[in-house]
Amino acid sequence: MLSNSDLQKLYRDMVKIKFVEETLIKPINDKLFKCPVHLYSGQEAVAVGVCAALTTNDYVFSTHRSHGHYLAKGGDLKAMLAEIYGKEAGCSRGRGGSMHLYAPEVGFCGSAPIVAGTISLALGGALASSIRNDNRVTVCFFGDGAVGEGVLYESLNFAALKKLPVIFACENNLYSTHLPIRECRISEDVYRIAEPFGIRTSKIDGNDVLSVYISAQKAVEACRYGDGPEFIEFKTYRMRGHVGPDDNIQGTHTDIRPRSEVENWSREDPVSKFKRYLIKNSIFQTFELNEIDAEIEQEIHEAHTYAQNNPFPTKSDLKKYVFKQ
Amino acid sequence: MSSNNRKLQYSLAINEALKQKMALDESVFLIGQGVKSPWYVGNTAKDLLELYGNARVIDTPVSENAMTGAAVGAAIVGMRPIVVHPRMDFMLYAFDPIINQAANWSYMSGGKSNVPVVIWGIVNRGGEQAAQHSQALHGLFNHIPGLKIVMPATPYDAKGLMVAAIEDDNPVIYIDDRWLYEVEEDVPEESFTIPIGKAAVRKLGNDVTIIGISYMAHLTLLLANELENDNIHCAVIDVRTLKPLDIETIFESVKKTGRVVVTDVGWLTGGVAGDISAVITENCFKYLKAPVMRVTLPDCPAPSSGVLEEAYYPTKDDIKRVINQVIHYK
Ligand SMILES: Cc1ncc(C[n+]2csc(CCOP(=O)(O)OP(=O)(O)O)c2C)c(N)n1
Ligand SMILES: [Mg+2]
Repeated sequence: MLSNSDLQKLYRDMVKIKFVEETLIKPINDKLFKCPVHLYSGQEAVAVGVCAALTTNDYVFSTHRSHGHYLAKGGDLKAMLAEIYGKEAGCSRGRGGSMHLYAPEVGFCGSAPIVAGTISLALGGALASSIRNDNRVTVCFFGDGAVGEGVLYESLNFAALKKLPVIFACENNLYSTHLPIRECRISEDVYRIAEPFGIRTSKIDGNDVLSVYISAQKAVEACRYGDGPEFIEFKTYRMRGHVGPDDNIQGTHTDIRPRSEVENWSREDPVSKFKRYLIKNSIFQTFELNEIDAEIEQEIHEAHTYAQNNPFPTKSDLKKYVFKQ
Repeated sequence: MSSNNRKLQYSLAINEALKQKMALDESVFLIGQGVKSPWYVGNTAKDLLELYGNARVIDTPVSENAMTGAAVGAAIVGMRPIVVHPRMDFMLYAFDPIINQAANWSYMSGGKSNVPVVIWGIVNRGGEQAAQHSQALHGLFNHIPGLKIVMPATPYDAKGLMVAAIEDDNPVIYIDDRWLYEVEEDVPEESFTIPIGKAAVRKLGNDVTIIGISYMAHLTLLLANELENDNIHCAVIDVRTLKPLDIETIFESVKKTGRVVVTDVGWLTGGVAGDISAVITENCFKYLKAPVMRVTLPDCPAPSSGVLEEAYYPTKDDIKRVINQVIHYK
């Protein structure tokens, strides 16, 4: 089971993601960059719980809302912020921005905003592992919106057919941009889509990092023993806008989420929940966790300063990296 | 009918075309992602849901392939659907229904069946959105027989070409650009069409012909008016329809000036500017006094960093530099 230091790591990683997202709001509002940013606030437990079950060798593919996945997989914080600010020191050298993060050195294969676009790529990651017999597991993160795309079903079928070591991790935050899930499909439960393919599937509280971790751990183990794939639906909620701090984009009020719904979910904030759990069970004392918070705050502050002071790419290098150098 | 003109912005001109066609013809319906969200389609779909209801104004799950196929299928059985893609990048999932099916349908059936569908793709670029949220993919469609392609650069054309596209009995790819949405000009209130396949001469001039596509036609005209102060007199042609291309209008101008610059919102290689250049060279070679030059995006995905975006998107200065090259070519 999880040691105290494992639990501390879960807490640290969640706090880090939460603080990074919240500290991006000011530079967004101050227009320090234009790059569209899809904040992960409210969903921290999913990325952290799942990635805690992986090793650096395992693969992760992600979406437009990828900051949490990148950081939880071990991606460098400074390089991520520099990327968002459009700097040469960014993890994609300022070419990709927030929606295209890469950290292959820690198994974060990449993120891309075409909905469901990376699902088949993750399938390929797992296919490579099965050919090479390298015992890696690939996790594919996607939202409930991606469940509308046909490529998901093609990928489920092939993954099941070939018993590929891939985990389909669906973050169901109940919205696909402006559409609530009931306007996209007849059932709010997504996990059942995997059943007809003979894929083991479950629905997990995505705001409870321990449940997330345990479900992911089991799925990872099964995949490593050749008993993949697995589908997990994580029920969660985004506390910020679809893109940017809120949904009132460019002066247009596009948020159709009822205020009471948002308020109810804010009580389910996964970071505060886990903090309460750790204190209540006397695993850590309040001051210890507050110290961690302060440390992380400092680290993030420094990372922003680093990112802001870094140089932009050189214009004459526009076409550099169209092909491998 | 009295023509009652008033200033209308580009996006609202599209909206007016949709409103009027939907009122007149019950077989017209609008389907696609975000038709009820201004975040996706600006104000182009304003009031449509209220006026025509959710049976004919259909906001969809994220399923581009099936939704486009559904529009094509409905067209085959007699409807006149408009399927919207709030970014062209998302249309790539819909290539099969557009290219394999809609584009080939009339020919494959020996003319027994046709596809009166409008496939509307919005170019939405800049703003550090990077490679998958910035693409202008008209060049890909231009390669395909059986598709008509229109790209309005003015509010007047945005309305008239949308009406024409809806009335056309063939698949029409209608491509607009968010960078043009706030441009305003006089637009008649009544419904009217701009014939598909007709270019517009925006300005006369004897020194050089500049042929522009979509936003580049807009930018080029602004530049051409400024260049009058430098005593450079450009003719400006707004292509409006990529396919079928209005070669007569282009040739007429080229024969007068003998110098040509083609400006496009797409990439250089394998693009529409190259195609137009080839048509001119094949047909007007003896009139040419300089090589036909192109101003396009470089062969590079859209970058994110704002600094690289500045290098990526052609500006008036870039066009001016090429015009000078062409004018001073010996
Ligand atoms: C192919 C494609 N179609 C449409 C879009 C526009 N879009 C961006 S995010 C999104 C839906 C996101 O919903 P979900 O997958 O649930 O992820 P969430 O934003 O909730 O994290 C859509 C439709 C896109 N990026 N790609
Ligand atoms: Mg969602």
